[in-house]
Amino acid sequence: MKRIYLDYNATTPVRPEVLEALLPYYRDQFGNPSSVHWAGRQVAGAVEKAREQVAALINCSPAEIVFVSCGTEADNAALKGTVDALKAKGNHIITTAVEHPAVLETCRYLEKTGCRVTYLPVDADGMLDLDELERAITPETILISVMWANNETGTIFPIEQIGAIARRHGVRFHTDAVQAVGKLAIDVQQCNVDLLAISAHKLGAPKGVGVLYVRRGTRLTQFMHGGHQERNRRAGTHNVAGIVGLGKACELALAERETHAGRVRELRDRLERGIFEKIPNVKLNGHPTERLPNTLNVSFAWIEGESLLLNLDMKGIAASSGSACTSGSLEPSHVLGAMCVEVTLAHSSTRFSLGPDTTGEDVDYVLEVLPPIVQRLRDMSPLYNCRQQESCAGCETLKKL
Amino acid sequence: MESFAGKRVVVAMSGGVDSSVAAALLKEQGAEVIGLTMQIWDYRNFTAPDGQHFGTCCSLDDVYDARRVAEQLGIPFYVVNFEAEFAKTVIDAFCDDYFNGRTPNPCVLCNQKLKFELLLRRAKELEADFLATGHYAQVVHDGTRYALRKGVDAAKDQSYFLFTLTQEQMAMVRFPLGGMTKEEVRAHAARLNLRVAEKAESQDICFVPDGDYVRFLEEQRGAGLLDGEIVHVSGRVLGRHHGTYRYTIGQRRGLGIAWPEPLFVVGIDAGQKRVIVGEKPHLAVSEFLVDEVNWLIAAPAGPLDAACRIRYRHQEIPAQIRIVDADTVRVVMKEPQDGVTPGQAAVFYRGDEVIGGGWIDVGAHGPRPGRMTAGAAKL
Repeated sequence: MKRIYLDYNATTPVRPEVLEALLPYYRDQFGNPSSVHWAGRQVAGAVEKAREQVAALINCSPAEIVFVSCGTEADNAALKGTVDALKAKGNHIITTAVEHPAVLETCRYLEKTGCRVTYLPVDADGMLDLDELERAITPETILISVMWANNETGTIFPIEQIGAIARRHGVRFHTDAVQAVGKLAIDVQQCNVDLLAISAHKLGAPKGVGVLYVRRGTRLTQFMHGGHQERNRRAGTHNVAGIVGLGKACELALAERETHAGRVRELRDRLERGIFEKIPNVKLNGHPTERLPNTLNVSFAWIEGESLLLNLDMKGIAASSGSACTSGSLEPSHVLGAMCVEVTLAHSSTRFSLGPDTTGEDVDYVLEVLPPIVQRLRDMSPLYNCRQQESCAGCETLKKL
Repeated sequence: MESFAGKRVVVAMSGGVDSSVAAALLKEQGAEVIGLTMQIWDYRNFTAPDGQHFGTCCSLDDVYDARRVAEQLGIPFYVVNFEAEFAKTVIDAFCDDYFNGRTPNPCVLCNQKLKFELLLRRAKELEADFLATGHYAQVVHDGTRYALRKGVDAAKDQSYFLFTLTQEQMAMVRFPLGGMTKEEVRAHAARLNLRVAEKAESQDICFVPDGDYVRFLEEQRGAGLLDGEIVHVSGRVLGRHHGTYRYTIGQRRGLGIAWPEPLFVVGIDAGQKRVIVGEKPHLAVSEFLVDEVNWLIAAPAGPLDAACRIRYRHQEIPAQIRIVDADTVRVVMKEPQDGVTPGQAAVFYRGDEVIGGGWIDVGAHGPRPGRMTAGAAKL
């Protein structure tokens, strides 16, 4: 069976160059970078090289890069570390209703500990109202946390403008850039970002590594306590191979991002056009233009995204209905909910996210396989079959679900 | 056993020995097996007072257990999320029943509304030929129609929970373990070296893992709403209680009333917020109404003799079933029975075959639950 991977926003394959670069650190380069002897020294150099490679990609100084275990840890450390470090200043956080759970759930936890959190709504395209953001700022506000790009819809937030607002009000600015790094040009100076989260496995490096960029002079209470690694900012032995891999992936991204983005955007647009041409009653979720070049989130009216994903999987196509949850089960999307997408349409949403290995043939195969599946599921759907009727108790019930 | 070779079979998997062996045996026979697990209840919603976490039927643990078994079998495995539907159909009905003086059986409803409607639809959407579960029961085809029979292992028979099945459902639903004993199933698990989870055979309600359903109900609907009087069948008020839903028919303990003879709950009148108690003879009921009847045979026009089971662990008793209307029958037991409980299922058997069943609607004492009008007159 054909295997077509269109879920690059969930994770990406490790790029061959990255694997090549990191393998020695699973073999003879086994030292602990904190050791003083030859074994440690060699490895410490590799970690520092990776730090430079990451810094170059987002335009910061290597000293501002803290290696952590994943994007979620970076977000947790940024939020909890800020709240603790700035508790004398205030306790108010501004974020959005469409953040990744790494931010949203951390905010909910912080609310329980006494923080006040403003969750900014988004419009039907998933976009923020910047005036509303600015109005939400109070003297108590210690942090604005807005994701660079949304993982489900690909909508890109105006990070440079938000950074300018944050600077104007002297409020710290964190951005979860997990979906943006490697796909968009990232410049923390230009955008006045103070804290930024990266996840290695979203850009062709292995799982188990992340980065928290911390602007020099940003006071942050330590999240992991233990040894003195990462200039006392993050305890725990370095995941050396993972860090080396991330460094290599960042170097590749810096060199190839624009070319890849152009190619991927072309394929994504072809998929988008094809779907809208071949299948009636499809809705695009996310901003029509301000959107990650690789992401396409669409709702197929009257069918369940869950069923569609299972059927696509049976045909070898890996897609997603939004963010993958640990259990592998699907929950109604909080992102589409915040965009006021009708509940039945939110349930039928499907995300295709393309990557550098995606080919035109992959897109054509999807365009060949998808329409008959959608039609078959629609034919079986109680909603579809009674859509002509004026009122139907079953539909009303399902709509309310 | 019918052949499943070359057929696509969706198996409802929990990670326990029964559904795992069912999936393994189907695969062994050459079926193309797909495992599905229903996620129906978010256990983050439920924390015991001591903060302990729970794992019973359909919890997240089950999802991991089932995934592990599917991995071992090398079959595709998916989790389907029915949390919203479960809350809407099963949990709401559970609470409604208790607040209407009934003692519900959520497992039947879950089978009816989730497994054999929603999950069956998922199976059809996956172009499956069959949906199989690990129930101990049998679906057989006699040439003209499908029949539901007891599982061969009398101690494990689960046909009671399956009386809502329709001909259309039975065309697709199969119970591969129905012809086996639990011992044989365990032997298969050992032979196949299945890494099944050792799970307690729980009689608990899966969404109330600590068994404290009173707390659950009061969290859902509020406390104190049905506090009222404990009344003797003679009409004499004997005391007070803190919620009719704390009581079930036949209950003896927890009444806290001094009385020359042991007292039992013989009726619950949620409308009047009354718990009706009486001496043991008052428990015996010889006839009662059953509604929402589903016939697994051609719907009978007149009375018929059958054996009637009034709860899961009950030895069915000869009875006459009299037709009241298309949905309702009156069951007249040959011998009076204790513990005829509104909200429980009454299932009708002819030999090993389930011929029909429905919900016990009204016992000897108290009003028709859920229709709280002329109740007190019956006292």
